[in-house]
Amino acid sequence: MALAHLRYPGTVPSATGRREAPRASARRNGAKGTESATAIEARDLVRRFGTLDAVRGVSFEVAQGETFGFLGPNGAGKSTTISMLCTLLTPTSGIARVAGYDVVADRAEVRKRIGLVFQDTTLDDYLTAQENLRFHAELYGVPRSQTGPRIDDVLEMVGLVDRRASLVRTFSGGMKRRLEIARGLLHSPRVLFLDEPTVGLDPQTRTHIWGYIDELRQREAITIFLTTHYMDEAEHCDRIAIMDGGQIVVEDTPERLKASVGRDRVQISTADDEAAICALEERFGLDAAMSEGMVAFYVAHGEVFVPRLFAELGVAIKSVSIARPTLDDVFMNYTGRTIRDAEASGSERMASSPWMRARRR
Amino acid sequence: MSQVPIDEAARRDEPPSRPPGSGAAATVQHRADLAAVRVAGGRWQDDVRAVTMVWRRELIRFSRNRLRIITSLVQPILFLFVLGTGLSSLMGRGLGAGGSDFKTFMFPGVVAMTVLFTAIFSSVSIVWDREFGFLREMLVAPVRRGALVVGKCAGGATVATIQALIMLALAGLVHVPYAPSLIFSLVGEMVLAAVMITALGTALASRMAQVESFQVVMQFVVLPLFFLSGALFPLRSLPTWLAVLTKFDPLAYVVDPMRREVFDHVRAAPAVRTLFAGGVTWNGWNVPIGVELGLTAALAALFLGIAIYAFGKTD
Ligand SMILES: Nc1ncnc2c1ncn2[C@@H]1O[C@H](COP(=O)(O)OP(=O)(O)OP(=O)(O)O)[C@@H](O)[C@H]1O
Ligand SMILES: [Mg+2]
Repeated sequence: MALAHLRYPGTVPSATGRREAPRASARRNGAKGTESATAIEARDLVRRFGTLDAVRGVSFEVAQGETFGFLGPNGAGKSTTISMLCTLLTPTSGIARVAGYDVVADRAEVRKRIGLVFQDTTLDDYLTAQENLRFHAELYGVPRSQTGPRIDDVLEMVGLVDRRASLVRTFSGGMKRRLEIARGLLHSPRVLFLDEPTVGLDPQTRTHIWGYIDELRQREAITIFLTTHYMDEAEHCDRIAIMDGGQIVVEDTPERLKASVGRDRVQISTADDEAAICALEERFGLDAAMSEGMVAFYVAHGEVFVPRLFAELGVAIKSVSIARPTLDDVFMNYTGRTIRDAEASGSERMASSPWMRARRR
Repeated sequence: MSQVPIDEAARRDEPPSRPPGSGAAATVQHRADLAAVRVAGGRWQDDVRAVTMVWRRELIRFSRNRLRIITSLVQPILFLFVLGTGLSSLMGRGLGAGGSDFKTFMFPGVVAMTVLFTAIFSSVSIVWDREFGFLREMLVAPVRRGALVVGKCAGGATVATIQALIMLALAGLVHVPYAPSLIFSLVGEMVLAAVMITALGTALASRMAQVESFQVVMQFVVLPLFFLSGALFPLRSLPTWLAVLTKFDPLAYVVDPMRREVFDHVRAAPAVRTLFAGGVTWNGWNVPIGVELGLTAALAALFLGIAIYAFGKTD
């Protein structure tokens, strides 16, 4: 609801009011000559720090209006990739275009069109929330007449209106994050970069922040590029790329990625678990085992399989649960480890040779 | 009217793979707004706004930090009234008629010292900005780096001038008259010195990654500048090695005109005046005030240029 206030007074509502694919509206902008339907385009991006290959040839495309997520353990190269896309780091090789402009050749043009929320906070603690926003508005050349209303709007969106005059120093971590998101949106960027928007926050605040982000992408034609190493957060993205060791391992919608793992986890409790395990083995060729007091097994399309189970198992079933694969399973499937294992060995892995990395896969 | 379907879309439990940007009506409507906020950028007006804002931030931060205002006055006041009084009694007599004594001599030096320390502290605060991340917010903005540097220097120079003005207000206590012409030229020289030193500090800060390097700047730049400037002792009749070193101290060319002007307004015996405010000489040539100030201005421009260049290079 709050985002409705982002509109300016005197704006004429859309004449059609009909639903339109975001790509179509993007193309219309393209007619003006500066924008294309692709918000972000990266080709073989490489970044080396000395002998360390932080990013080792990353390519992807993000369409206008899309929310794209980089998912990966610590040290995967997510922040390094973002820094290159934001013109803060020059790629060692490869090219990238953001909002239609090359990140090396047209830095200034890119910068005008992007909003940034860095992994570490970049607020001035000794200024108030309002003064931080004001500073941003002046540097980004937001027209004077709109600065005031625009600041009101973004503050309202993140629920900080009543704290606008407080020093940022007195803010909690979650409030600072919200203020940074507000600031990133102040100049109406085409593309918003969020580097780990919820890192270090408690679960409730994380949910809160995701509420804002979800609302934002519903209402603004904004492209969001974010990174996270929380599996559950990647679900908020239209598409995700799993990054590991400086490379994209796989890239797709969260739904399709989970489908690609293929199998659902089914748990049943029966009158005779021993018999059920035998029956599953004999009749369906499934390898079942006891887990948490229930018979557990993996099967493709669990929801289709379960009715057959009732008909053909021959043992009375008391309860059934089907779990879809999670992104944890996806990560496991593509990297051979859980993300937690990857985090644990992160530093050592980054330092290791490509040969070592190849062997571990 | 167009709001309704969007609100529904927001509430609906959609699969994660839904096509991007479901709120299409809002999308279309919002486009116009986004375009309205965006500006051309790169015009001189944008740079002026950036300079002004960076400058204002310095002033806001300065005014919030009352403790810093007070504590940074303690040191010059100690120098002027404790060290100055002590040295006066050591000399056993005043510098001449009218009650002027060694404190009168030290006064311009202490004002210059206030400028020096405040200006360096303000400009080196860039290192704190880097440490706490705010520098990134500035560097990634679509403005010329030069605008940021100019704003920062203007802010630091303003803050240093304000601090020095507080010291200047104490002139009467050391028998320096509040003659408008004297105050006017002293303020002008303070501003010039403040700009030069802030630019120097900013140039140094552009290459400093850690807060710890501030100590290095203090020991290797600020204190030598201060001690060799003639703020505390006359530069005439020094041993050659020291006399030569003082001629390479930019601050000496700020302290000297200030002192000469002060002595123009107090009554002192000609011999005393020559000893204490004889001016800087280059190979026997008495450097005129105009040349000294011109040199300071040139150095200010040089340091500013270096600072702008250095910040243009940082990622
Ligand atoms: N400025 C730098 N100099 C040297 N090495 C760097 C630099 N920045 C990043 N690295 C290295 O590059 C690798 C990738 O770092 P990056 O910050 O991109 O990871 P990340 O995916 O963002 O991790 P995290 O989840 O911890 O934020 C790491 O091994 C890191 O040590
Ligand atoms: Mg990171």
